[in-house]
Amino acid sequence: MTGELAIQTKDLTRVFGAFTAVDHITFDVRVGEVFGFLGANGAGKTTALRMLIGLLAPTSGSARVAGHDVVTESEAIKHDIGYMSQRFSLYEDLTVRENIQLYGGIYGLSNRQIRDRTERLLARLGFESAANDFVRALPLGWRQKLAFSVALLHQPRIVFLDEPTSGVDPITRRQFWELIYEAAAAGTTVLITTHYMDEAEYCDRISIMVAGKIGALGTPSDLKHQFGTESIDEVFVTLARPDAAGGAGGSPP
Amino acid sequence: MTALLGLLRKETYHILRDTRTLLVIILLPVLQVIIFGYAIRTDVDRVRLAIVDPHPDYATLALRSRFTAAGVFTVVAVESRVDALESLFQRGEAQEAIVFDPDFAEHLARGLPARLMLVTDATEPNTGSAVQAYASAVIEGYERELQAGAPGVRIAPEIRMRFNPTRESSNLFVPGLMAFILTIISSLMTAISLTREKETGSMEALLVSPLRPWQIIVGKVAPYLAVGFVSVVGVIVEARLVFNVPLRGSVALLLAESVLFILVSLSLGILISARTSSQRVAMMGAMVGTMLPTMLLSGFIFPIESMPQVLQVVSNIVPARWFVFVARSIMLKGVGLEYLWRETLVLVTMALVLLTMSTRAFHERLE
Repeated sequence: MTGELAIQTKDLTRVFGAFTAVDHITFDVRVGEVFGFLGANGAGKTTALRMLIGLLAPTSGSARVAGHDVVTESEAIKHDIGYMSQRFSLYEDLTVRENIQLYGGIYGLSNRQIRDRTERLLARLGFESAANDFVRALPLGWRQKLAFSVALLHQPRIVFLDEPTSGVDPITRRQFWELIYEAAAAGTTVLITTHYMDEAEYCDRISIMVAGKIGALGTPSDLKHQFGTESIDEVFVTLARPDAAGGAGGSPP
Repeated sequence: MTALLGLLRKETYHILRDTRTLLVIILLPVLQVIIFGYAIRTDVDRVRLAIVDPHPDYATLALRSRFTAAGVFTVVAVESRVDALESLFQRGEAQEAIVFDPDFAEHLARGLPARLMLVTDATEPNTGSAVQAYASAVIEGYERELQAGAPGVRIAPEIRMRFNPTRESSNLFVPGLMAFILTIISSLMTAISLTREKETGSMEALLVSPLRPWQIIVGKVAPYLAVGFVSVVGVIVEARLVFNVPLRGSVALLLAESVLFILVSLSLGILISARTSSQRVAMMGAMVGTMLPTMLLSGFIFPIESMPQVLQVVSNIVPARWFVFVARSIMLKGVGLEYLWRETLVLVTMALVLLTMSTRAFHERLE
């Protein structure tokens, strides 16, 4: 069974001074799954994500990503993962093509691979005409789609998306999700954090973090059933209420 | 290797496409050479004056008393032979000397140009030219007073500058300016460009990638090393063409020492960026931490010897102090490594310590 797990955490914890940002979280993500990582701002989802991609060392607990331990084998993980954050979508003063080439080079692709994949990527996104435009000239939605494709350029086994769709219009968001499904269909595991509760419904499974702990974990329909609500939005609000926060995965009212 | 090349290319694009900053980088050294070349002046007092008066008489004594009355001069020696001057200057006891012609009084009386020689130590050219100007003013004052009684009387001073005959303060400020410009480009620009990547979040993308931290650092700073190097060459050429600043020593040694100093400054830039997370804070840090000390404590503008003891001690940890000394010695005195190995060793040590510290600081950020 473990062979099919892309991500595996056990009691993963991160403490900053007196503040426990991530408090003993344990969850698994299966290969090829689209896993939604939800939580209010400050709930600890970004801290957890940073530990998984090797930007932050865990205080205690363990995690394996693509079969490698995040503490002892962090270098091995890097080739197997892609990462895209909401804050950064490529270098604005480089052209589309230069950005693709830069990341191709950073991930050790050969010139030939870079050339082939650049053309394929541009064709798939319909960006051929914009190949030599500066990224700063592109609309935000285009940039996000491009950034996602660049994060997949080296064909990682797992891609981490940190709020990739914030500030993007609904139509582009829909197109973005089509790209995510395409990647998942090709066998890439996707871990995505998001604010948008409607996006949570698109995920195979979701976890909702509350105050550093996982408050709920399961498929969207399971969670709605478990909490007796119509939407993930209501599940989220129920969890966020202080009296409900303690009862992680607790029984419906 | 391709990864590193890609990074280097990217950084080069960043530099070349940010036209406004690029323009500043290029124009700043050019303008500063001109501003400092013409604007720096230093006031002096208590000038140590030596007098060579082979035939003291009423005329020479009258001029001598004018010097003592001026308040700026302190007479340290009165000699009858000009040979005595050499050792006075070499021991630094005299800063300036008046050498009267033996026929000074006689020429005055006969209406011929009365000759004297004004010798000034211009090793420190700002002080030198100021001292020389004071003395000339005193002599001219005396001449005017004589002319009031006997029109046509003339004093013909012959002016000599020792050690730095052209008296150009540019000779002295150019090495300091090189240090200053290298500090701006290496420390400030590096700190800003690294924190910019932190601000935008692109640093995360690089850290998540298989790039090793040293590759990220080299990829970020190597282009600035190149820019710094080009600036140094530019300043030397401009100083040579516009101000005729000499370059008596080895150009290769000067450039090698410059690269060493650039490495020290780059490490400081990395260190600053590791401790800050916004471009604005990084800029303040670089200004206070590197640019001000380079301006004020390197001997660039204020001579280190005339600083209070405390500041003299503090100046030892300012890398620019050592570089300015080395660059001045190579350019103005033409000396080689056999005289400068101590200072060079200090710079090498600083470079090694700072590079280690900055790479470590960069690593720590991952925690």
